[in-house]
Amino acid sequence: MKLLFEISSKGRKLDLIPPCDTEEYSFNDELLRKEKLRLPEVSEVDLSRHYTALAKQAHGVNDGFYPLGSCTMKYNPSLNETVAGDKNFTNIHPLQPAETIQGCLEVLYQAKELLCEITGMDDMSFQPAAGAHGEYAGLILIKKYHQDRNDHKRVNIIVPDSAHGTNPASATMVGFKVINIPSNENGGVDIEKLKAAVGEDTAGLMLTNPNTLGLFDPNILEITRIVHDAGGLCYYDGANLNAVMGRVRPGDMGFDCIHLNLHKTFSTPHGGGGPGSGPVGCKNILKDFLPALEVAKNSGGYYFYQPEKTMGQVRSFYGNFLVVVKALTYIKSLGKEGIPEASGNAVLNANYLMNRLKDYYDVAYDTICMHEFVLSLGRMKREHGISAMDIAKGCLDYGIHPPTMYFPLIVPEALMLEPTETESRETLDQAADIFIELFKTALKDPEKLHNAPLSCYITRPNETEAARNPILTYQFENDQ
Amino acid sequence: MFNYPKKLMYTETHEWVKKEGDIYVVGISDYAQDALGDIVFVNLPEVDDEVFVQEPFGDVESVKAVSDLYSPVSGVICAVNEDLLDNPALLNEDPYRNWLIKVEDVSDTEEFLDAESYQQFCESQG
Repeated sequence: MKLLFEISSKGRKLDLIPPCDTEEYSFNDELLRKEKLRLPEVSEVDLSRHYTALAKQAHGVNDGFYPLGSCTMKYNPSLNETVAGDKNFTNIHPLQPAETIQGCLEVLYQAKELLCEITGMDDMSFQPAAGAHGEYAGLILIKKYHQDRNDHKRVNIIVPDSAHGTNPASATMVGFKVINIPSNENGGVDIEKLKAAVGEDTAGLMLTNPNTLGLFDPNILEITRIVHDAGGLCYYDGANLNAVMGRVRPGDMGFDCIHLNLHKTFSTPHGGGGPGSGPVGCKNILKDFLPALEVAKNSGGYYFYQPEKTMGQVRSFYGNFLVVVKALTYIKSLGKEGIPEASGNAVLNANYLMNRLKDYYDVAYDTICMHEFVLSLGRMKREHGISAMDIAKGCLDYGIHPPTMYFPLIVPEALMLEPTETESRETLDQAADIFIELFKTALKDPEKLHNAPLSCYITRPNETEAARNPILTYQFENDQ
Repeated sequence: MFNYPKKLMYTETHEWVKKEGDIYVVGISDYAQDALGDIVFVNLPEVDDEVFVQEPFGDVESVKAVSDLYSPVSGVICAVNEDLLDNPALLNEDPYRNWLIKVEDVSDTEEFLDAESYQQFCESQG
């Protein structure tokens, strides 16, 4: 496929800019660039076809099965888009006086109330723009809490070895030291190791429950109590909330603050289809530190205020507002009955798929899973030379998105599958058939899988070369 | 299937150690480079940095993942293999010739495995 610069033709135009109807302002010579801008010159139809061609090479939830573990690639109902597209939500300005945007403030307020009810938190801010950003804000809450009490010795954040990579990264960004603790043989937190790790220097614990193996930690109340007894706080990574929403609340498990991924759990577009939203929620002991501005309500209506000891703004204005509109639409569509039904079906679907596959593949932890499960191809790689990567590449030939690969790190040759609640039994059966077919191919004709995918526009790019010597900009012919 | 040179000592986090006088030379094992796959980036400390036993001193990034490197000893770095920064593929090509760091003033070491025990340990891994 040709790149935009390759279809560029000198002088070809895309006349979207109307003629200038104000007096022209000229800049000083020294402020002007000396070289001509090198932009592709294409017509609108060329541009449109270029992007359509790119879109055809991509795979989204609307194209097919997308079991990317830990990502909750559920279908995003089109009603969300319809509501978020309402001009009363889109034709507003962030600096408009609060009395002229009462409806928008009500959206933020209602979404906060409902998400606090679902998570067992007391307050929430929608400022963070995505998951890791929410983690960062949540860890600042913990930091400010200890600082506010003049407790400056608490510098450690405990993270289990099955955690999302963003957890230690966020903790480091906030200036904490990360203490890694190993999992026990059941994939949960090793209680003895946790007891040995906590102390006067413990600022907090970061945990996902269910964890990245798709397992709910049965010791969760003891885990959060151990951290609290040591004077630390507990942070809940909401990435896997889809397994438990409407059934168990992080607040009741003993967590003090959380982040959510509205773009995972609450059906707003994910990844390149974003933008995301990673609200940070907390119990009352932390709410004075939340980012500014917060929305509140009194007899006069909704208004913005700054929490007393706010960490300040972590993003411009109020976060990705339209994403919150979509999430609220989803929550209200599902209601009190639908939210737990969604999590129940997510867990049922994952168990169904796991049980169809476990006669073929090795399941890393062979037990009832939550919303996702992990296969290990360690034995397959040793015995037949077929890696998790080969199976993942093979999926592409069958028109489904591969699972998450090589994560969590504690499982050799991991493939992590999360089908989500939005897939029907027929789709799950088709997907299971594909994975079983790939398994048989691995034994019969491994060479075919080493070369997969054969049917895609891009087959096996040289990922090593791309990582070692990336070419990040267009290389013009005349350049050195 | 993997190479476990007899003259080296090993750790369960897949580093090898060789003692040259008072200096400890540290690298990653053949098993480790194979499990990582094609290594695309190596992040190493600087000379005079302190390292602590069983704590990370750097990381290696492959096309699969980023993995921490754990120091088998406590001490002070006296040399860093800078060739790896420009050519991380050397670790895949010969992990025993291409060491990572050299440590002096060593005050503590972990309990090393000999080649035979380390090989058994690797073979017991999934």
